[in-house]
Amino acid sequence: MTATAAIRHKPFPYVERFAALAASLPGAGHPNVVALRQAAAEQARRAGLPTQRVEPWKYTSLNRLLETDFEPASSAARPAANDAAGWTVPGSYRLVFVNGRLAGGRSAAGLPDGVTLTTLADALARGDDDWATGAASSGHPFVALNTAFLTDGLVLRVARGVKVAQPIHLLFLGSGEAGASAIHTRLVIRLEPGAGIDVIERHAASGAGVYWSNPVCDIRLSEGARLGHAKFIDEGAEAMHIAVTGVEVAADAAYDSFVLTTGGALARNEIRVTLDGERAGCRLDGLYLGRDRQHIDNTTETIHAQPMTTSTETYKGVLEGKARAVFQGRIVVRPDAQKSDGRQLNKTLLLSDRAEIDTKPELEIHADDVKCSHGAAIGEIDADALFYLRARGIGAEEGTRMLVEAFAAELIDGIADKSVASLARGRLAAWLAGSAPGGTA
Amino acid sequence: MLQIKNLHASVGGKAILNGLDLTLPKGEVHAIMGPNGSGKSTLAFLLAGREGYEVTAGGVTYEGRDLLAMAPEERAREGLFLAFQYPIEIPGVPTASFLKTAVNAVRKARGLPQYDAVEFLKILKAKRDFLGIGDDMLRRALNVGFSGGEKKRAEVLQMLLLEPRLAVLDETDSGLDIDALRIVAEGINALRSPDRAILLITHYQRLLDYVVPDRVHVLTGGRIERSGGKELAQELERQGYVGTAA
Ligand SMILES: Nc1ncnc2c1ncn2[C@@H]1O[C@H](COP(=O)(O)OP(=O)(O)O)[C@@H](O)[C@H]1O
Ligand SMILES: [Mg+2]
Repeated sequence: MTATAAIRHKPFPYVERFAALAASLPGAGHPNVVALRQAAAEQARRAGLPTQRVEPWKYTSLNRLLETDFEPASSAARPAANDAAGWTVPGSYRLVFVNGRLAGGRSAAGLPDGVTLTTLADALARGDDDWATGAASSGHPFVALNTAFLTDGLVLRVARGVKVAQPIHLLFLGSGEAGASAIHTRLVIRLEPGAGIDVIERHAASGAGVYWSNPVCDIRLSEGARLGHAKFIDEGAEAMHIAVTGVEVAADAAYDSFVLTTGGALARNEIRVTLDGERAGCRLDGLYLGRDRQHIDNTTETIHAQPMTTSTETYKGVLEGKARAVFQGRIVVRPDAQKSDGRQLNKTLLLSDRAEIDTKPELEIHADDVKCSHGAAIGEIDADALFYLRARGIGAEEGTRMLVEAFAAELIDGIADKSVASLARGRLAAWLAGSAPGGTA
Repeated sequence: MLQIKNLHASVGGKAILNGLDLTLPKGEVHAIMGPNGSGKSTLAFLLAGREGYEVTAGGVTYEGRDLLAMAPEERAREGLFLAFQYPIEIPGVPTASFLKTAVNAVRKARGLPQYDAVEFLKILKAKRDFLGIGDDMLRRALNVGFSGGEKKRAEVLQMLLLEPRLAVLDETDSGLDIDALRIVAEGINALRSPDRAILLITHYQRLLDYVVPDRVHVLTGGRIERSGGKELAQELERQGYVGTAA
């Protein structure tokens, strides 16, 4: 081992592009926005990128990101009309972003009163900076990079007591056709007391090539609000997706998350939830389907900060080829959070002996009257079940597919929102049929 | 149809079948009886192609082909069916869609057109009514939460749908009350035909009152010790030989 092996952070040359770019970023005319961006760029420069010596990055290497010479994605990207076809949610309100910029219209027609959608480009152009103050604003290097380079995204506000039946559907498309490009978008969600809405967020490729998607999602749920948040990571085969989601949940509010990852050469999805009021709750569910040399990292942290908070988490994965997955699930119960309940489960099916999963549950409990549990299981296809299917004339491949589908479907069947469940089933079927990850169909 | 010659097989180095000979001609029903642990299920699994058995001597031909060289799905497509003594529970796979997949897989291999959902439902309905299997059971995951009797009836339903040429039934009669036994027996009898053969593995002669066999074989210690006509089953029952080892 060389001396450099102990290095915990490496400089990320991409940050140096900020100086030349700053004047052309949205909001450049507003000193408050400029100051915010400059501070973030400085923080990102100082932080560099974590190496695997830094505990939360122990199983995921960022070398591929460090070694690629990224350009901020060009705004000249083609519109996405064709790319977005075949991926529609009936009755949903949809916005499409291509290479980090809104493509197409943004009318709020059909949305009920009390729902406000503002693109971040518009918010920045008028000098807003309140988008930067939420749960995801901590000293995370990828949040700092996002703040510095941010081009667009969405601020979604739902007023007190407004329950929206129609899901908001966000499609983020990336392309590396014009050279390795970096895409920085942010999704800010603020639900006032008693508000409720479902958001479907999908990330996919609109073209071939290497790109790096750096999305940040910042969510604040006031008392009694409810957010259903489904995220589909279907990035292109050469893409890197490194996402941070921060969520604050007030008393009696509920955050309901489902993350399905099928795409990306490297996908890291980090979710940090703070249950910050009595009876606040969250459900974090996820499904990861990896093949070839994909690396899929789901890292979650749930902080029970107040009494009687509840969290349940189930992540299931299927890996074949040389795919590698990471599950890190941390549950923290703070001293005040008596009578809290935290449950976590991670199950992975390995279809090849070269596939790998690193699973790391962590319970950190500082209160005595709590219920917490976690479990992890790693297995192969059940030989008896497969034999039973084959004994009925079903081929080994199809039988395996049926059993994998059954394993994954258990989680999808638990999704309350029908449109999300049906999108998830569609992605699962496409993956089982062997379609390349990251297609936009 | 089926010829087993001097079959020796072991599991994990332990010899279980020790020179088993059996000939089952087309159109006949043979019963194999024997105490627990005598190797009945091992024989059934070997015929169906389960992994984990080492055949150390002898062999099996099915319709003149080397059965042991065929993959399990190939055997099923060629008309071999095993009703499992303990059907496997498969969570997440709905029974009805499994049945359709299996029937279509077998039909495809036999060069027959695939059933669409509507056609299949029609066929399914006719057979399941006969067995007293309700819609709710078909909607549930395969064998999950089925009672012992439901599992056995589901095996018979699969058999009737797949229309095998050689059916091996491993203690399909065990754990059934008399009404269920009658239904199952009726299902088996419905399959009897001059170009099919049936191998009934059973522990009790009770089933043989309803499905009268052409021959009865006694399996002990991994080989056929005695063979005879249907009266052999009654003799074994009287002597208390078969039942007592349970
Ligand atoms: N997978 C196995 N590993 C070890 N022993 C086995 C295995 N399967 C069966 N046996 C043994 O082989 C013998 C025959 O079993 P089996 O064929 O199930 O008998 P039967 O069906 O007649 O009751 C028993 O002694 C049983 O314990
Ligand atoms: Mg047995």
